[in-house]
Amino acid sequence: MSRTGIVVFLVVCVLFVVSWVVKAGTGDPEGHYIRDGFLVTFAAFLTLAIMSFMYKDNPYYKFAEHLFVGVSAAYWMCLAFWSTLVGNLVPRISERLSNAFMVPHQPGEYNFFFYIPVILGILLLMRLSPKGGWISRWPLAFIVGTTAGLNFVRYLRSDFINQINSTFLPLAVDWQGFGHFFSNLSLNATGQFVAMFGNCVIFFGVLCGVIYFFFSKEHTGWFGRASRVGIWVLMITFGASFGYTVMGRISLLVGRLTFLLRDWLGIAS
Amino acid sequence: MRREIPLAITIFVGFLLIFSVFFPPVEDLGENFSLFFDIIAVFAFFLGGGNLVRIHGKKLLKRKPDWAFSIVTLVGFFLMLAAGLFKIGNPGDISSNVTAEGSLFAIMYDNIFKPLGATMYALLAFFVASASYRAFRAKNREATILLSAAFVILLGSTPLGALLTSWMPDSLSILEIPNLAVWILSSPNLAGQRAIIIGIGLGVVSMSLRLILGVERSYLGDEGA
Repeated sequence: MSRTGIVVFLVVCVLFVVSWVVKAGTGDPEGHYIRDGFLVTFAAFLTLAIMSFMYKDNPYYKFAEHLFVGVSAAYWMCLAFWSTLVGNLVPRISERLSNAFMVPHQPGEYNFFFYIPVILGILLLMRLSPKGGWISRWPLAFIVGTTAGLNFVRYLRSDFINQINSTFLPLAVDWQGFGHFFSNLSLNATGQFVAMFGNCVIFFGVLCGVIYFFFSKEHTGWFGRASRVGIWVLMITFGASFGYTVMGRISLLVGRLTFLLRDWLGIAS
Repeated sequence: MRREIPLAITIFVGFLLIFSVFFPPVEDLGENFSLFFDIIAVFAFFLGGGNLVRIHGKKLLKRKPDWAFSIVTLVGFFLMLAAGLFKIGNPGDISSNVTAEGSLFAIMYDNIFKPLGATMYALLAFFVASASYRAFRAKNREATILLSAAFVILLGSTPLGALLTSWMPDSLSILEIPNLAVWILSSPNLAGQRAIIIGIGLGVVSMSLRLILGVERSYLGDEGA
């Protein structure tokens, strides 16, 4: 470690301890004020460590990144263990285990089938073994088969048939004749014209978007023009998705800054 | 055996699940198989954890570059694992929720996992802003449309957007930026999303068919070739 690195490390350590002491000092004297002071300081340190990546890759960022990897792997493992294994498997395969984990036993005539995923799961762990790794393809095949079988029907229903079904919208909304239509013609957000125009955009937009994705015919003539409109519709979608993603990230950033300024430094209400 | 059995399992399970949709007596087969899938997925999580320990353990033992950070990963992993599996500090008994307030698991989640995850994603705001500054140039019609849609959505979500166009009469209210943003999201954006979803749906269906019929074998690795 370079001399500058050591100085920075010492400064960080001193600041950490100072922050801990100050936070503990301002904590609830009847609560766990030393522990709470440490936790808030540590969370602030981790937040700043991640943000330090904006300057450049550094040991503090690497520390936070490695900690995140370890903690998140264990977090999902524990959740899966308690919710799926203990919550769904144990009550079906063993009364004794159900009693041990204090979950209600669910006896059933075909519960012995639930040993199949357990055996397949154990076979999956064989992937860690250098010689028996090939056998882990059996559970993998089961996963692939299940995904394919379930998705075949699910996607056909929800992503194909239902989406097409929802696209066939009335192009004349709340229609009471041309006289009524022209006398109430306006660009009011909740008006008849905007609703009709919106439905037209959805119907023709989907049609043109799908045409753009159809590559079995050359995109020339009217087909090419429709495909061009499809690109514009897709561009609006990408722009909207981008805008939405940026807004989501900025709200997270505001959340972290709020934590730093309010919960850690206490300078914002 | 290394190739035929996995292929047979995929074909059998795939066909069985499709068949169950059309045959009401075994309708709940799909639900049970989803549960089987979830149970195997738990073992996949264990496999992931085991792999993490193996990789970082090797890195640590062989003193590879940045080996010291592997200690951080392993300590974080085992501490969180112990906290979750043994429900350390959990106020209730073994049947209580693993994420119960006051438990070490919940404390680690609130003070390590949550701030790290949120900051990681928040950091992307800067990178997205920097990338868009370089990439977003209204060079042609398509890029201009993308830029305009993003601009309206971003402006429409802020008080400035409402302030700029609040003077508009009621008969032109769709041109108010927040209303325009909502309209873009609910009409042209929906149309584009739907076209993409239909494409994805068709892609998934054809891929599922390829898998079930045994045409697609890449998941078997070298054995599938």
